[in-house]
Amino acid sequence: MQQTYNYKVVRQFAFMTLVWGIVGMLVGVILAAQLVWPQLNFEISWLSYGRLRPLHTNAVIFAFGGSALFAASYYIVQRTCQTRLFSDGLAAFTFWGWQVVIVLAAITLPLGMTTSKEYAELEWPIGILIAIVWVAYAIVFFGTIAKRRVRHIYVANWFFGAFIVVIAILHIVNNMAIPVSLFKSYSIYPGTMDAMVQWWYGHNAVGFFLTAAFLGMMYYFVPKQAGRPIYSYRLSVVHFWALVSLYMWAGPHHLHYTALPDWVQTLGMVFSLMLLAPSWGGMINGIMTLSGAWHKLRTDPILRFLIVSLSFYGMATFEGPMMSIKTVNALSHYTEWTIGHVHGGALGWVAMISIGSLYALFPALFGKERMYSIKAIEWHFWLSTIGVVLYIVSMWIAGVMQGLMWRSVNEDGTLTYSFMESLVQMYPYYLVRFIGGLLFLLGMFIMVWNVWKTVANSTPTVHPVPQTAH
Amino acid sequence: MTEHDMSSFWHVWVIGLTLLNIAGMVWLLWWTSKRRPGEVAQGEQTGHVWDGDLSEYNNPLPRWWLWMFYLTIAFSVIYLLLYPGLGRFAGFLGWSSVGQFEQEMERAEARFGPIFAEYAARPIPELAQDPQARLTGQRLYLNYCATCHGTDARGAPGFPDLADAHWQWGGTPEAIKASILDGRQGIMPAMGLALGEAGVAQVVHYVLSLSERADADPSLAEQGQPVFAMMCAACHGASGEGMSAMGAPDLTRNTWLYGGSVRAITHTINEGRHGIMPPFRDFLGEDRVHVLAAYLYGLNQ
Repeated sequence: MQQTYNYKVVRQFAFMTLVWGIVGMLVGVILAAQLVWPQLNFEISWLSYGRLRPLHTNAVIFAFGGSALFAASYYIVQRTCQTRLFSDGLAAFTFWGWQVVIVLAAITLPLGMTTSKEYAELEWPIGILIAIVWVAYAIVFFGTIAKRRVRHIYVANWFFGAFIVVIAILHIVNNMAIPVSLFKSYSIYPGTMDAMVQWWYGHNAVGFFLTAAFLGMMYYFVPKQAGRPIYSYRLSVVHFWALVSLYMWAGPHHLHYTALPDWVQTLGMVFSLMLLAPSWGGMINGIMTLSGAWHKLRTDPILRFLIVSLSFYGMATFEGPMMSIKTVNALSHYTEWTIGHVHGGALGWVAMISIGSLYALFPALFGKERMYSIKAIEWHFWLSTIGVVLYIVSMWIAGVMQGLMWRSVNEDGTLTYSFMESLVQMYPYYLVRFIGGLLFLLGMFIMVWNVWKTVANSTPTVHPVPQTAH
Repeated sequence: MTEHDMSSFWHVWVIGLTLLNIAGMVWLLWWTSKRRPGEVAQGEQTGHVWDGDLSEYNNPLPRWWLWMFYLTIAFSVIYLLLYPGLGRFAGFLGWSSVGQFEQEMERAEARFGPIFAEYAARPIPELAQDPQARLTGQRLYLNYCATCHGTDARGAPGFPDLADAHWQWGGTPEAIKASILDGRQGIMPAMGLALGEAGVAQVVHYVLSLSERADADPSLAEQGQPVFAMMCAACHGASGEGMSAMGAPDLTRNTWLYGGSVRAITHTINEGRHGIMPPFRDFLGEDRVHVLAAYLYGLNQ
């Protein structure tokens, strides 16, 4: 019997990407609304900002982003290695295991169970489950690489591989804790060291989960959708190795002007600056892949999603190194600027590259020529783009204004503005941010409708593995 | 821990890893930008194909990008020579964040210290009449006090109202200043066990009757009177008028630090309360506290 690709697990993760995308972004919009109208927490503890905020970040990063990455990596590793996944059983385990993790997060976080570590809030039993699922993921992925029928390993798989290995290390090291009950544990690291481990984890979660892994997605779907070879193999090599080695050092820039020793802060800053070029390497390789096919941007909104996401990626990875400079950080830290920076990356890059890739993936998984409505993708594209721009511009203005107000000093040396006065100034920007987020969420609903129309009444594709070896 | 506490092992380790990674980058850039024999021509495809149609060009690294990378590396190396970064090497500029902080604070003290020293030389009641001093005091208040006591100084549950001319710890200029300088700890002990459920209810209603509250049950209040005299009067006074030396609130005015409902008062008596006003002597210095005290004193005149 001829071998086929395992599309079932890809389809499952692709659908859950949509579900968790809507859930996570909806919670984000509720939070944005609460900042404009604080009474929207209805005085209910589990609807309060502090409880919902980690739910939002976990849902969009690990549920939405994570599902998108599982779907993309399982699809890409099979097709570029020209072989079925290493183990169907383990792949199914990663799907159900990951969904259980997400559901547990959605229950425990609103109940206030948290380690209090940002992006690593889930308590120790869930942390252990994540580690087990992740190891299974690594076995499936690297097992598939090992039995590949193509000699060279495709560049997308380098990035997925680095992502899987590093996330395992980060997750395990940062979550080392002593449990005191089923739902409470305390970190094994003391004080400043704990902060340093946390931001070593936190920034590399950005670097390997939200950057490297999505670059893997980019390296498959951009050349596929453009129908063009990747711009430069050399650039792939150099920016891959530079990215993975330099990112490891950048964490301390989250702790400028704190109790962290000066030398660590300095290393965090200079390595962040050296990250600019390797980060841009991916953007150049993606965008230049389009040379000779620029006209396709006019007619293909999927390609437009992919290319605009690369532009936001380039913007965010320029902004990041700039914000890591101590002098800039002294103004930007603790302000809305950081929130704008994160969402330039999260909405502009991570979400838009995932959306574009999914629009290319769904028809392939269901044996369709294309999505049901190209017009609807157009609408989604413009809603997302306008949404992101409103979001980041409002937060830039708000953040710089905050930073300047906080450092403004009177003739007698007293601060010109109280914290409350700076908060009052934020209202119009919070409102614009809310509208931007709402537009982005609306686009997701259009996508769900479009996907539904595309896959309803169709039979899932069974795709045989081609026998010709390269 | 300062940089100089770092052991020689870690010192060498940090420098080694840092320089190794940076040198590795330079080598990688040099190695990938040079042509190797037997390689396909630049601009040609490498010949690898995946998934039917995925291939890649062997294009050179973009020049501007390469130079940008070298530039950031050069900047970083120079920065590491000037500033602390390489293990315990302090950098040629001798900069440290603690040093910068101390220098900036010194400069600020030289510029703003005399303004406050002048204020501190004048008595608080006089300062409280000076519009300029009041404005300065208000700014200090909004930044350091408003978080708990409110922007209008009307307080919040657990945080005293500072604008109602009644003072838990005394309202003289000296007492206000002392409260800010060295902080206060107001402790109401938990009386639930000592009084029992019935005793607590009696005392609650007696306390309500002190301010002639309509919801005070007269018979419970009457039973509570001797209990109050025995258990509470030592701090709150025989007629519940309070005692500022102990920070025991006046119970006759129907204003309540922790809430005036039957439920809140019951809770206060059962479980006790522990209010903390933190000291600001080290943080603001005596001169600034003097101006702050004048502002608060003025609020009540």
